[in-house]
Amino acid sequence: MKPPVATRGHPAYWAFVLHRISGVGLAVFLPLHFYVLAMAVDEAARLDRFLAWTENPLVKLAEAGLVILLAAHLAGGLRLLAVEFLPWRDRQKDYIALGGGFAVVAGLFFLLGAF
Amino acid sequence: MSENDTLSVDIWRGGEDGSFQTFHVPQRDHQTILDVVTYVQKKLDPALAYRFACRVGMCGSCAMTVNGEPRWTCRTHVSRVARDGKLTIAPLRNMPVIRDLVTDMTPFFEKWRRATGSFVPSATRHDPMASVDPASAERTAADEGIECINCGICYAACDVVAWNLDYLGPAALNRAWTLVNDERDADRTGHLRAVAGDAGCHACHTHQSCSTYCPKALNPTAAIAGLKRRTVEAALKGGL
Repeated sequence: MKPPVATRGHPAYWAFVLHRISGVGLAVFLPLHFYVLAMAVDEAARLDRFLAWTENPLVKLAEAGLVILLAAHLAGGLRLLAVEFLPWRDRQKDYIALGGGFAVVAGLFFLLGAF
Repeated sequence: MSENDTLSVDIWRGGEDGSFQTFHVPQRDHQTILDVVTYVQKKLDPALAYRFACRVGMCGSCAMTVNGEPRWTCRTHVSRVARDGKLTIAPLRNMPVIRDLVTDMTPFFEKWRRATGSFVPSATRHDPMASVDPASAERTAADEGIECINCGICYAACDVVAWNLDYLGPAALNRAWTLVNDERDADRTGHLRAVAGDAGCHACHTHQSCSTYCPKALNPTAAIAGLKRRTVEAALKGGL
């Protein structure tokens, strides 16, 4: 039996979890992305079929998720660089909220252009 | 709250592979978690092991895990943390459990040594008293970290310590940061060198759980971020 742990329910920890999930997610996505791009070299017809499939609204929604993850990882990475290379600022929760807001807005802009 | 209200308190018994035992404790006004544990030992089970000394938030002895969160029990009111009259009290996380609520803090203090947490004098008692400008940036940075009471709450709250038991942890790194900013210290580069390794300041993931739970409202995350900057600066200048 292990005693319960309840120390993870605060914004800086959520920011860490989001950064880790988005980082792992993008690391999985990028090889697939390059694999599909590589089809352009000698499998153009197959690439076209794949691109037609990506017009599916559900795929667009999934792409919006990807954009949100990318934006969240970008914003979170900039925040961490600021923490590690600039003088400490106490408004970390504000920066985390700004990063989260930036990610959601980026996803919404993608959706505006997608449909 | 009436005098008849009763708390249901689950207290950890045994060592690492122990389990919770439930006690019923009368609820009182202004009652602290330490009061609850003391009641259990005095009235219900004298074999209960726990640690405390000053009872006024100075000594750092009585930290325990209350409802999953590390807290100084002498200054934590039951009314603030009990949920529906229920409490769960366990030993601090990330330290070996000796028995019941008592942990072995040896690894915690051993890391203070590894982080060279002791002052290296640059003068003797025969020299005049050092004059440090209280408004200087370094003195201000040191000031923000020196009220640590070594309670181990930050260390217990830290997931990086849980993942890597070699990690020096927030308290030892915070102490190193105060010395790096002490202009009287004769080996400030030595302090930086001690915390620059794999299990040192650069292992921190900026979860900020240490700063969230520090009962003295210190900010070890800021101290660790400062160490990250200073170690990188020193490495770039070839001084590490």
